[in-house]
Amino acid sequence: MDTDRALVVACLPSLRRYARALLGNQAAADDLVQDTVERGLSKLSWWRPGSNMRAWLFSIMHNLYVDQWRAPACRDVPLDDDDAQLPDPEKTETALLGEDIDAALATLPAGQREVLLLVVLEDMSYDDVAKALQIPVGTVMSRLARAREKVRRALGHSKDAGNLKVVR
Amino acid sequence: MKEPITEADLHAWHDGRLPADRRAEVEEWLAARPQEAERFHAYRTVDTRLRQHFDHILYQPIPSALATAMQPAPRRMPKMAAAWLLAVCSAGAGWFGHGAVQSIRSARADASEGLAQQAAVAHAVFSPEVRHPVEVVAEQKAHLAAWLSKRLSMQLTLPQLDSLGYSLVGGRLLTGHHGAVAQLMYRDANGKRVTLYITPEYTARNTKKQGDVALARIGGLNVAYWNDERFGCALAGDLPAQELLRVGQAAYDQLEES
Repeated sequence: MDTDRALVVACLPSLRRYARALLGNQAAADDLVQDTVERGLSKLSWWRPGSNMRAWLFSIMHNLYVDQWRAPACRDVPLDDDDAQLPDPEKTETALLGEDIDAALATLPAGQREVLLLVVLEDMSYDDVAKALQIPVGTVMSRLARAREKVRRALGHSKDAGNLKVVR
Repeated sequence: MKEPITEADLHAWHDGRLPADRRAEVEEWLAARPQEAERFHAYRTVDTRLRQHFDHILYQPIPSALATAMQPAPRRMPKMAAAWLLAVCSAGAGWFGHGAVQSIRSARADASEGLAQQAAVAHAVFSPEVRHPVEVVAEQKAHLAAWLSKRLSMQLTLPQLDSLGYSLVGGRLLTGHHGAVAQLMYRDANGKRVTLYITPEYTARNTKKQGDVALARIGGLNVAYWNDERFGCALAGDLPAQELLRVGQAAYDQLEES
């Protein structure tokens, strides 16, 4: 039992990093991690020793994120719907001014952001991502492709900012 | 025989997850399409920037609110565990106590517990040494790494733990059951020492537990230990378990990559 708890502890840094990247600010991230850990600990007796603790905790985090952290207005919108996310001029401007990464991630629909972060930051296998997010592997791949392209473009714009002169 | 290259293939190739023959097909396809290659080159930059921006969080201390959340709540525990916890709680503060350390016996009675035992003994023997705590000092890092790699017959890159607050003191060669083992010693800003015990004897092949951490408490010391296919390693010290795990995980990750 203590070894199981130790495994949860060992996942804490990864959970913190992922939550921070997902939510865009540290305070909200720590709240999400705290809720995830509390739920995980309360369900620890259901976790099968030898199975993938990390995927299990990340799927708990995903469920909490979907239930509590995504803006309620978006709840009826599929996590993958590009059209639902209209470009925010203020966010694009911020990207131009250099807060690139968080702004670029904020332009992604939640489902794409989750996939991108789990693959790139966590180096999670596509199968484990599919399990954590409860989606088919095919959906993982299509969201990954869209997320990468969107972030590439968002960061690409900010790279050009070096050549633009701000006229006041 | 060759299936057409899909977008999913390209991303799997980019993430290093394709088998060798398919990888060759993708590379051939990309070689003929510079714009696509350029696109994935840009994705590489995206990856790098994401990691650069967020990876430092991995090495931050756990906020105390979170550490508190990790403490067991007696009313949620099954009866047996609660009784054990009661017995142990008389010794001091909670699991992530401010100083006091609990008994954290590993539930797995497998061969790798021998690893924790040996690491604990080696720590107890060498960490109190004032004049010669190590055989080769950190100033001779390159020599130390080469020497230990040769004697252990494994590629050893000495873990860099400075960003976590631990600097390398040096290392020495020890004997295990069947051959050479390595001990590296690190110290924090206050002079507190931890030792990293690395051995090709306790591999995941022997113990069937690759990558997972286990904790043991032996003779008043906490030991966190890991097994890889190539080696076992254990970090021993008089530290709270949480801190030991944080530092040990970083060390294990670096060793695993080398």
